[in-house]
Amino acid sequence: MDAITLIGAFSVLAAGLCISIGGMSAGFGEGHAAASALQAIAQQPDEANTITRTLFVAMAMVESTAIYSFVITILILYFNPFWNYAIQIAAK
Amino acid sequence: MIENFDTSLVFTLFGFGINATIFYTWIVMALLVGMSIFITRRLKSDKVSSKLQTIIEFLVMNIREQIMAVSGDNPSKYLTFIMTLFLFILTCNLLTFVPWFKPPTASLSTTSAFAFCVFLAIPVFSIQNAGLKGYLKKFIDPVPIMLPMNILGEFSSSFSLAFRLYGNIFSGVMIGMVLMSMVPFLLPISMQLLGLLTGAIQAYIFALLAIVYISSVRPETTYNEDKKLY
Repeated sequence: MDAITLIGAFSVLAAGLCISIGGMSAGFGEGHAAASALQAIAQQPDEANTITRTLFVAMAMVESTAIYSFVITILILYFNPFWNYAIQIAAK
Repeated sequence: MIENFDTSLVFTLFGFGINATIFYTWIVMALLVGMSIFITRRLKSDKVSSKLQTIIEFLVMNIREQIMAVSGDNPSKYLTFIMTLFLFILTCNLLTFVPWFKPPTASLSTTSAFAFCVFLAIPVFSIQNAGLKGYLKKFIDPVPIMLPMNILGEFSSSFSLAFRLYGNIFSGVMIGMVLMSMVPFLLPISMQLLGLLTGAIQAYIFALLAIVYISSVRPETTYNEDKKLY
């Protein structure tokens, strides 16, 4: 296999792995946070407003890792620097 | 196939290319300013006020309460900044539903500008709250050895603020476009409905995190809201 084939194949593989692992771990974390918040709301319904607000902040924090992996995936798929470099080398 | 709103030109003005992001930002700005002028032109303090005034009063009151609950401080200080961010992002995100409208928040430049505003607002409001000494004390809190971590955290919080909004809105737009080319009937509409929900939540989260970051250094005295202030 030449370099371009390798770079192309591994870029697609890396993109798939990146979004799947990143999304999966963030999903686990957010599910855990939501479950705990629901439990807390069930125990103290009066504090639902505060708990919901804190939950949103916590979820936003947890979600940022998933967003990072999404951005990296988009970079790999559409703005891949290694692929562009290989194409440039091949064109010469 | 990926569409970059920053490079797609809408028209040229005096030799400058106006790209889609700037163009639709202007539309949202005109909409917000026009609505504000239209509503505040005939404010009434009677018992009977217009419907639009009631909507705006409801918005302002609720955002004031949210800011006070999160920061535990006088909400009037942060209200203008936070509410501008919130209303602008909310309008951008909700207008995704209009065909051919390209939301400015789906471009990294817009969200970076917002995050940069928050990044600059943190020291401004902190120094206003606790003085320069109180602000600098935040960096060696709880122990001086945490100094590099605190400085890093200062940057990464703004960074993630920009990327969170961009990633959410942009992925919504992308999913819409991909589904439109594969399954043009009904399915894109349901994803767009989901996009409206995410857009509203993201606007709320952006404003909420902005308050959390800005009011991280607060004055010693606690603030008691007097209900007569409304």
